[in-house]
Amino acid sequence: MVTNVTSFGRSGLSDFVLQRVSAVILAAYTLCIMGFFLTHESMTHQILVGYFTTLPMQIFSTMAMVSLIAHAWIGMWTIGTDYIREHYFGTRALASRLFYQSACIAALFIYALWAMNLIWRL
Amino acid sequence: MARLLETVYARNYFLSQEETLSMKTERPVNIFLLRFAWPFAAIASILHRISGGVLFVGVVFLLYIADLALGSEPGFEEAQVLLATPLGKFILFGLMAALLYHLVAGTKHLLLDFHVADTLEGARLASQLTVGISIVLIALAGIWIW
Repeated sequence: MVTNVTSFGRSGLSDFVLQRVSAVILAAYTLCIMGFFLTHESMTHQILVGYFTTLPMQIFSTMAMVSLIAHAWIGMWTIGTDYIREHYFGTRALASRLFYQSACIAALFIYALWAMNLIWRL
Repeated sequence: MARLLETVYARNYFLSQEETLSMKTERPVNIFLLRFAWPFAAIASILHRISGGVLFVGVVFLLYIADLALGSEPGFEEAQVLLATPLGKFILFGLMAALLYHLVAGTKHLLLDFHVADTLEGARLASQLTVGISIVLIALAGIWIW
């Protein structure tokens, strides 16, 4: 079995399932938000805050953000390990890949904390 | 491509499953993309990846706008002004396009997992449908934004 220490669940099968479960949650959240904006042509601050501060919506937003972390990491990891390779990058491949993966983790960490602050401070 | 697969199968064909699994030297084959004829399905597939990468970066923009708009009444007005500028509209449209394409292509991927359109002909048609449906949705998003 081919395993990789930097994959999300330490196994391809686990990543495969997580990628799909998080995709379904993110798709549901996307449709929900799109529906909200499509049905509120004239938006106000009150309507917007009112919509996002109900507890079910706060929980749904948190779920979507957690899904985004898993989904984006698995996706970005896949792209990175496919393209940042020796036959494109030569001897710099390993260092470039590590830098790229670290940057992705840092960005996702900031996204997660920013979103949690945004969702729960309201 | 066909010859490449033949070589891989020929090497493993006479081995038992255990022997194949224990062969640590047999790594997955990576195709060198710069010397590769790009069929339509491959373009549809790479667009799924590109749109995913665009969304990953675009989350910064969405969080920034959400933070402004949810933060305070003046912040909400500032967000509205930002989204009304040509650059704001362009970024919003770009992200909507990436999101819609990623959503449609992802739905196709989930159907594929349930063996819908997993034949060669089916996959060709599905990739054409993915691009076609996305173009319609992206055009509608463009009309909505402008």
